Amino acid sequence: MIIPFEQMIPRPLLADGIETLQINVGYRCNLECRHCHIEAGPNRHELMPEALMMTCLQILKENPIPSIDITGGSPEMHSALPWFLEECGTLKRRLQVRTNGVILIENEFAVFPDLYARNRVEVVVSFPHVDLKMTDRQRGNGVYFKLIEALQKLNERGYGQKESGLILNLVHNPSGAYLPGSQSDLENHYRRVLKEKFGIAFNHLFCITNMPIGRYLTYLRESDNYDEYMATLINAFNPINLESIMCKKTLSVAWDGKLYDCDFNQILGMTVNHGAPENISAFDLPKLSNRQIVTGNHCYGCTAGAGSSCAGALAEIEQRSCTGKSL
Amino acid sequence: MADYYEQKDLADFANIGEYSPNLGKRYFSYYEDAMKAGALTAREKGLIALAVATTQKCPYCIDAYTNQCLSLGVSREEMMEAVHVGAAMVAGVVLAHSTQMRKIVKKKEM
Repeated sequence: MIIPFEQMIPRPLLADGIETLQINVGYRCNLECRHCHIEAGPNRHELMPEALMMTCLQILKENPIPSIDITGGSPEMHSALPWFLEECGTLKRRLQVRTNGVILIENEFAVFPDLYARNRVEVVVSFPHVDLKMTDRQRGNGVYFKLIEALQKLNERGYGQKESGLILNLVHNPSGAYLPGSQSDLENHYRRVLKEKFGIAFNHLFCITNMPIGRYLTYLRESDNYDEYMATLINAFNPINLESIMCKKTLSVAWDGKLYDCDFNQILGMTVNHGAPENISAFDLPKLSNRQIVTGNHCYGCTAGAGSSCAGALAEIEQRSCTGKSL
Repeated sequence: MADYYEQKDLADFANIGEYSPNLGKRYFSYYEDAMKAGALTAREKGLIALAVATTQKCPYCIDAYTNQCLSLGVSREEMMEAVHVGAAMVAGVVLAHSTQMRKIVKKKEM
């Protein structure tokens, strides 16, 4: 019996401005990772029309939103991404792209590391585990060494190197039905292993809890882990995270222009609500800045333990106790 | 009582101070200090805890520390090596006690 998330929070969650416009340019991807909440893959046809990308640019020009976060799918598979990045670059906002990394070593997409560097794009690479087998089990055979090659390419261009100003962040997702551990401990482990084995440097590691939706939900159900995983999330519910939860300052735009409180709500089809416009064509900063967040039981994923967001943990914890609660 | 051990009872560990809150509080304070990263990393402490959990055959602890090791990015090979350290220690402890047996045998046999 799952306690509804709404019963766990003292009052409805309210947005507190828009610091990040997260733009999902489409669900097409060269990989089909087992944890992917988007269920992205090579056969997905959803790609943001260029007219909508122009609308996004116009809204960014007209509104003081300091951060642009481009995601997918694999954003590089959108043919208009190079143009879009150059346009975003002219806006002088914090600009980041979430990439699976592997695509950067394919000939067709080899232009992107230079394009990213030229536009001072912060690159966020999904790197589930420093262990080869764990990464390949989650993302497909051969992915690990392709990722290593991609990270080395980015390092060669200055990414992750001191004083270059080019930011390279990695994302850790658990490769199974458990929560991520302490972000600082995992970051130290990643840093040591990647440096010693491959000479790779990076800026920060973001630990992201797998949400019980999409392909990961299928995995949880098929492996008979769903009930235990949800119980773990609920048992680790940490109300401190409600203050800094990602949706309070982020607005997610889907490939078709619909607006969501987060990328997870996007996949669940839960558009923004409670009187705020649900399409970017009706963008209204004051209304969206104070909107009531649409929540569901998947929100336990962002509030468990140290919390989880697109920028990793919300609050550092040493570790979880043997009851699963944060110490 | 059909089952002595039930997985859901692990969550009850937080309530072990129910009949003795002061001692329970002091135990958790000690536990937190002992388990957090210090001279040893959280990963190293997690592996020690896992080895102890298996040698002590505590299903709750095995559940908790296997999950914690996974969360801290510990590989299955590293976990198994820690279990073998525990197994080797237990085997050594048993074999070391054969000294008592051998001393008695040597004293008693003609």
